[in-house]
Amino acid sequence: METFAALAHGMAVAVQPMNLLYALIGVFLGTAVGVLPGIGPALTVALLLPVTYKLDPGGSLIMFAGIYYGGMYGGSTTAILINTPGESASMATALEGNKMAKAGRGGPALATSAIGSFVAGTIATIGLAFLAPWLVDFAVRFGPEDYFALMCVAFVTVSATFGDSPIRGLTSLFIGLTLGLIGIDKLTGQARLSFGIPELLDGVEVTTLAVGLFAVGEALYVASRRHHAEEKIEPVRGSLWMTREDWKRSWKPWLRGTLFGFPIGALPAGGAEIPTFLSYSTEKRLTKHPEEFGKGAIEGVAGPEAANNASAAGTLVPLLTLGLPTSATAAMMLAGFQQYGLNPGPLLFAERPDLVWGLIASLFIANVMLLVLNLPLVGLWVKLLAIPQPWLYAGILVFATMGTIAAKPSVVELSMLAGFGVLGFLMRRFDFPIAPVVVGLILGPIAESQLRRALAISLGDPIVLLQSPMSATLLGIALVALLAPFVLKGMNRFKATED
Amino acid sequence: MTDLPEGPTSRRVDRAGLVIAAALAALAVVLVWDSRQLPATTMYGMGPEVMPVVIAIGLGLLAIGNLIDALRGNLPPRESADPKAVLLILGGLALLIAIIGFGGGFILATSALFVATSAAFGRRAILADSVIALVMSTLIYLAFDRLLTLSLPTGPLERLL
Repeated sequence: METFAALAHGMAVAVQPMNLLYALIGVFLGTAVGVLPGIGPALTVALLLPVTYKLDPGGSLIMFAGIYYGGMYGGSTTAILINTPGESASMATALEGNKMAKAGRGGPALATSAIGSFVAGTIATIGLAFLAPWLVDFAVRFGPEDYFALMCVAFVTVSATFGDSPIRGLTSLFIGLTLGLIGIDKLTGQARLSFGIPELLDGVEVTTLAVGLFAVGEALYVASRRHHAEEKIEPVRGSLWMTREDWKRSWKPWLRGTLFGFPIGALPAGGAEIPTFLSYSTEKRLTKHPEEFGKGAIEGVAGPEAANNASAAGTLVPLLTLGLPTSATAAMMLAGFQQYGLNPGPLLFAERPDLVWGLIASLFIANVMLLVLNLPLVGLWVKLLAIPQPWLYAGILVFATMGTIAAKPSVVELSMLAGFGVLGFLMRRFDFPIAPVVVGLILGPIAESQLRRALAISLGDPIVLLQSPMSATLLGIALVALLAPFVLKGMNRFKATED
Repeated sequence: MTDLPEGPTSRRVDRAGLVIAAALAALAVVLVWDSRQLPATTMYGMGPEVMPVVIAIGLGLLAIGNLIDALRGNLPPRESADPKAVLLILGGLALLIAIIGFGGGFILATSALFVATSAAFGRRAILADSVIALVMSTLIYLAFDRLLTLSLPTGPLERLL
């Protein structure tokens, strides 16, 4: 019942007219930016951070909730209409969605994705509201060694377990960890890796890194291979609305997608790829129209879209209760909190319940607005997709640099942005995943200070890491998750030679 | 597992992969070199010099892993890239940084970037793009400077507004 009271209080915060307006602006801007090809939700949040600089923390976090959901929905629109998923989570959507658009059923595909996102988002946010306080009760008993172990699990699962090459994923992670070392050490005041450059003493800004890697890197990459293939936009033809048959075929996939998305998203492992592809393959198996799969089956859009949105809400569980970002988008949300000196975690629930519950309540509101705004505005978003590529990417770069110029107009900071852009380009070209870099930069310093705190309390005895049953278990999980892909790869090779 | 022999379809050594491995190893050396300049001050637990070394060891291992991938030609296939487009955008970014650095202001700087990027994507109408860029960045400047009161760098053009 405590949850209901807290949620009701949060609702009271969120429905203040000013906050409703912030949520509306957030959803609108988030969708508008997220719909641009090549811009995923993480970049949407990073690009729009400067817009929230001047707001109070409450208003800005509420706008963030809108941007988060808006960016997700915008990404699906791009995936369906031009088959360029902005991030791996909408890859499954693009499979059937783009086929539907090609067959002239783009309208129903967008509609089932919008309504499915709404259904999944609402259910998952209820899950978040009930799971979070329970997890907070649990998390307040965590010692620094438990946090350190938890972050090790996140490091391994974000980088090594799910990519196609654990070596490349771990390489990305360690680049991020290295960047996290730059600047003044918080515990002793010593400067690390600053090479006498005063601007580096503050460390690397998360937004500079994310915008450089995602926006500048993507622009360079797309420009470098422009001669290969032009993107083709599918015009939305025919009816925008779903038929009775479409509804009948959509509602079960929505619910099943939610069931996959929320629990997996809420694990500290994170990642929306697993639930979206699980949902896709489940729908493919359960469908009564197997002949349509591969040619544009509505179940194949409804399920993964719901899973994607549910896992996005699930990701907020470890973020809000443990301060643990498990996706690039969540890492950007954490950066948004940090710009106000707020650290998500069990303490934030105790100290600023108005803020946390206001945010959770705004997620419901953002969801409703997403539906109200996007069904009628589909036509507008499609027009945005039709901006000629040269102007589109030129505009993206102007906005990307503007964020940095507004935050820190220094030559060093802008050079770092350009440098990260080159890094992002090379990583795309050589197929290194990008998200682990961002997660490494954010979590690396936190993990280090937790480890050092644990060791300081134990007077330098590393056995403290294994004495806490929680920490020992988590470190074991991290080790297994680290080694499993290598072992499995070896077994696959055995199989290959047997055949 | 790294000692399993490759099949008969063994591909040739990937040179870019060798460069990546070398870069990771160099980064590890920089980390160790930098950490040795830190005085060890902490009495108990670990000081600020420990973590860089741990990360450097990780980078060293990953350099070896990447090296093995490169020697086996195990890198994912990649398509040819157009270096001119990349250099044009990087030139635009360099111009932007120079203009901001010498006090040329936000509007000129972002306009230069806009035109360079647009050219990198194949547009040849530089004059028309310049006009579009100037109008757009002036509008952005006004919106952010006046409405959101973010301070963007000012130059000769901004002082006219």
